[in-house]
Amino acid sequence: MSKTTADLLPCGDPVQFLNEQGELTGPGEEAEARGYLMPSDEDLLAVWRQMVIGRRFDAQATALTKQGRLAVYPSSRGQDACQVAPVLALQEHDWFFPTYRDSMALVSRGLDPVEVLTLLRGSWHCGYDPVANNTAPQCTPLATQAVHAAGAGHGLARRGSDGVALCFIGDGATSEGDFHEGLNFAAVFNAPTVYFVQNNKYAISVPLAKQTKAPSLAYKGIGYGIRSEQVDGNDAAAVLAVTRAALEHASSGSGPFLIEAHTYRLEAHTNADDATRYRGSEEVAEWSTRDPIARLRTYLVGTGALTPEIEEEVTAAAESYAASLRERMNLEPEVAPLSLFEHVYAQPTPQLREQADLVRAELEEAQA
Amino acid sequence: MSTQSSGTVTMAQALNRALRDALTEDEDVLVFGEDVGQLGGVFRITDGLTADFGEERCFDTPLAEAGIAGFAVGLAMQGFRPVIEMQFDAFGYPAFEQVVSHIAKMRNRTRSMLTMPIVIRIPYAGGIGGVEHHCDSSEGYYAHTPGLHVVTPSTPADAYSLLREAISSPDPVVFMEPKALYWSKAELELPARTEPFGRAAVRREGSDVTLVAYGPQVPNALKAAEVAAEEEGWSVEVIDLRTLVPFDDETVAASVRKTGRCVVVSEAAGFGGVGGEIAARVSERCFHSLAAPVLRVSGLDIPYPPPMLEHTHLPGVDRILDAMARLQWDDQPDVAHLEVSR
Repeated sequence: MSKTTADLLPCGDPVQFLNEQGELTGPGEEAEARGYLMPSDEDLLAVWRQMVIGRRFDAQATALTKQGRLAVYPSSRGQDACQVAPVLALQEHDWFFPTYRDSMALVSRGLDPVEVLTLLRGSWHCGYDPVANNTAPQCTPLATQAVHAAGAGHGLARRGSDGVALCFIGDGATSEGDFHEGLNFAAVFNAPTVYFVQNNKYAISVPLAKQTKAPSLAYKGIGYGIRSEQVDGNDAAAVLAVTRAALEHASSGSGPFLIEAHTYRLEAHTNADDATRYRGSEEVAEWSTRDPIARLRTYLVGTGALTPEIEEEVTAAAESYAASLRERMNLEPEVAPLSLFEHVYAQPTPQLREQADLVRAELEEAQA
Repeated sequence: MSTQSSGTVTMAQALNRALRDALTEDEDVLVFGEDVGQLGGVFRITDGLTADFGEERCFDTPLAEAGIAGFAVGLAMQGFRPVIEMQFDAFGYPAFEQVVSHIAKMRNRTRSMLTMPIVIRIPYAGGIGGVEHHCDSSEGYYAHTPGLHVVTPSTPADAYSLLREAISSPDPVVFMEPKALYWSKAELELPARTEPFGRAAVRREGSDVTLVAYGPQVPNALKAAEVAAEEEGWSVEVIDLRTLVPFDDETVAASVRKTGRCVVVSEAAGFGGVGGEIAARVSERCFHSLAAPVLRVSGLDIPYPPPMLEHTHLPGVDRILDAMARLQWDDQPDVAHLEVSR
């Protein structure tokens, strides 16, 4: 089955089911024809619930940074729909490829938040077991994970699995060569890989206009023969629907899929960044009115799916989650200097053994 | 599974046979890269593998080295053992970030929960009349990166044995193939097994001076040793390092303590390179046994020259002999290194 350009092109406007007021405006004929179906209230309630908990996690991580418990924290507040909905659409045997900004997505996948924050706390690099969790280490180099996800998707298919590799990436990283090599490898090998671009409008300080002339980042898939879509990234219903269709597309052997989600980073790049140097407060205020959590809440309250009792329960669950995280993160982590030598090679080289002896002697001297 | 065969074997044939035997023994081994499929690689190292094992096991990729290396990372995450080819030394540079930031570090980043049993084969170094970007000695970049093993054979037997060991290694191996030696021959029975990673080989025993060499310079060191014995009566020991990482301090130091003199021979530019590291290690360990400073014979500190000038750049027998002549045979201090021009 040869694909035509029309099969690959995204919708002219980002797919949206719920407008900024939380009113149902979609899916509409075009979206439905593309297989983007309105999720059930039950599924949307699960997304809303996790967004509330996820945002509380994010706020707690920011607070822990201010208290000196984290070395640095890149917040994803405002991108909550992108952080939560795609991850909840995953099967357990699917693989997830997150970046450094996707801690909320990782905890939404069910990973232990303390293990997730190990990297940013600085007690080791990746704190969770990638193989046991089918989740790659958070990628700090930009776009390198795009190629890993192509290889992992291809590997899953080779093993006869219907699993998919879901790769998160930011708008700035779509300028990196590895993004393009990843898309091309995924397409050539027909890998079951879904690329989910969170276009949060800034690469640290550089706005999207300085990043690309493409009318949509989704157009970057077309040249590689990859079906592509753009979605309102602050509309959790549309994000869930489009991601589900993309995962189904990949899982059923139709090859990779590229999604551009239009969203906004409400916080600075990290706690160490000063966003007032490159963007105005009016812009941030404007995007605050498009809040993904409030929007879905309005909709679900309207359908009757979200009751005051549920809301109370979810608020309490989020507080309890944050309290537990706070408590665990306030314990001093164990760091063992000699463990630095244990994971360079399966067997340390003679030179590493010598250096370990040196450090051991230093430690003993310090203790004596 | 592998059949016994003996006779004259080139290094290229030995490497091909090693890939074949690894593909036969382990279904998770995958060979891929640019032109490695139907063509069999530009140096024919993968000749016939696609025909014999199918495109599932040995396949061509798009022309993108970071893509090849990153794709290997993803496949390793799914339990495969990728053996990838960088077509030429200098064409491996686009893959550098994937090699250094992911392949080398993944075990460490994840406390050994996710490992990268990947072999990166790189035809390297010059002496074959190659035009620019085809003859770099890039081993120093990899040897300087913790997490990588760096291996370079100089004989067909080692080519076979070290490549088999590389493919079964739990850690990533940068396997540097001296392209000038691809057609060198040996009488050999395959499958052959030689010493494991981390063991240098004494290729010629001697008592007056130690030549430490690896990869493409081993034959020159052996030739220089022969000439030195004939013309000067010096007894020269020649060590072939075989693996740069892990490095065999023990064998090298034992030899230099015995001979009291050492010349390190490498084709790469000298400044900041593997040769300097070896010289420093020898000086640190053997200072009190040394009759003369440890000298280096390296490539010049220039970009690899055009083919008609490469003989000026490459360390050869004469430069090695000249260096040996400066090793204070008459107890007169060598002051050549003090004559610094300003």
